Amino acid sequence: MLRIKSLLIPGVDKTLLVKDAARLMPDLTRRRFLSGGASLGALTLLTGCDVIDGASAENLLAKVSKFNDAVQAAIFDPNTLAPTYSEKDITRPFPFNAYYSLDEAPEIDGKDWALEVSGLVDSKKSWTLAELTQLPEVGQITRHICVEGWSAIGSWSGVRLSDFLKLVGADTNAKYVWFRCADDYTSPIDMPTALHPQTQMTLKYDGQILPRAYGYPMKIRIPTKLGFKNPKYVVAMEVTNDYKGGYWEDQGYNSFSGL
Amino acid sequence: MSSTTLSENDAAAGAARQVIQPAWVRVVHWINAAAMIVMILSGWQIYNASPLFDFQFSRAITLGGWLGGGLLWHFAAMWVLMLNGLVYLAVGFATGRFRRKLWPITPSGVVTDLARAATFRLSHADLTTYNYVQKLLYAGIILVGILAVLSGLSIWKPVQFQTLTALFGGYDTARYVHFFAMAAIVGFLVIHVVLAVLVPKSLRAMILGR
Repeated sequence: MLRIKSLLIPGVDKTLLVKDAARLMPDLTRRRFLSGGASLGALTLLTGCDVIDGASAENLLAKVSKFNDAVQAAIFDPNTLAPTYSEKDITRPFPFNAYYSLDEAPEIDGKDWALEVSGLVDSKKSWTLAELTQLPEVGQITRHICVEGWSAIGSWSGVRLSDFLKLVGADTNAKYVWFRCADDYTSPIDMPTALHPQTQMTLKYDGQILPRAYGYPMKIRIPTKLGFKNPKYVVAMEVTNDYKGGYWEDQGYNSFSGL
Repeated sequence: MSSTTLSENDAAAGAARQVIQPAWVRVVHWINAAAMIVMILSGWQIYNASPLFDFQFSRAITLGGWLGGGLLWHFAAMWVLMLNGLVYLAVGFATGRFRRKLWPITPSGVVTDLARAATFRLSHADLTTYNYVQKLLYAGIILVGILAVLSGLSIWKPVQFQTLTALFGGYDTARYVHFFAMAAIVGFLVIHVVLAVLVPKSLRAMILGR
């Protein structure tokens, strides 16, 4: 105890010191890019980087990931439709997937729910579920592909997001549509993808009102993106030029994540 | 008598001077080795997130720490592997190295050399020419490498490259193709490294050129 005390420099606030140190430490639960891989990193990519310093490898990987965003945006063809399937191809039961279990999923009362619309739009009025169900409905049977590698075919119907964006007078030259969900999940979608004809504000699954497991009352279904870019339990959308990050994106998943 | 000795010395000196692996082959080979190892170990990390079979790869031998990290490594090394692979194929064809070194591969040659290899009579003394088993393995691994890249592209972009994905029999089948291509590459790697250790001259040639 005495020895530790003697190591502390007088005039240094211990609490602030610990805070600073903690900030420099990687979040061990998720950001473990280098565990077991530091020596392999030495083999490649890291010429000129200090391999022991995991942060420099992480920075480099983050830069390549940004470059990959740009490449994917260039590859993305707004006219290419995701393959569609028939009724018999539907995966039954369609899996529930989240970073929590089903009993922890948000329980939303559709009567109280309203979609908040903000940012670069002409009309910032909120939309009730009843109002959204009045809008023209489209359906699709497409493949949901998870970042983990598994996939499942499902049937979704609802309002075309591009139709809705036109309706609220969104600035379609803006860079992103950013979604916020009842479970505090967030995710940004690039505007060309938001305007893709298959990108949908989903209100129904397999012809029935969207079950709680799949994101009641509204999920954003994007068959040209990995599953985690398909937010559920959506409560707000914002049209914006700012990159606001997202739940998984902030932890290192590639932000574009196109298919 | 003395003239014979001289000419023998000359021949020996000439052989020593002869470059077995030109500089470009060595550079491309080692970049490929590094990129491949990163691709394989990060690929195992990604596999573990949703295994195709009833096993997972030990965490001790995967790269990236978690799925997100594995993906970042995989999609970074992908560029190194792809660019390096294109350089290898372009220069290999342009210089005629592939034709010279890997062609022709005759079934009878492969059978004869396989029989000799099985009885430990297959010689690696002359490193400048490949025997039929080597030709088959090297040509085969180039094709498997191409298959790994194409099946990888088809599961990375199953919407934009959907024709390619369809050629592999759809997204789910393409995942299996990608896995088996990896398994074939790992199998090749094991044999390749064992032989390089058994014939140290070949490793020396791949580092120093001769």
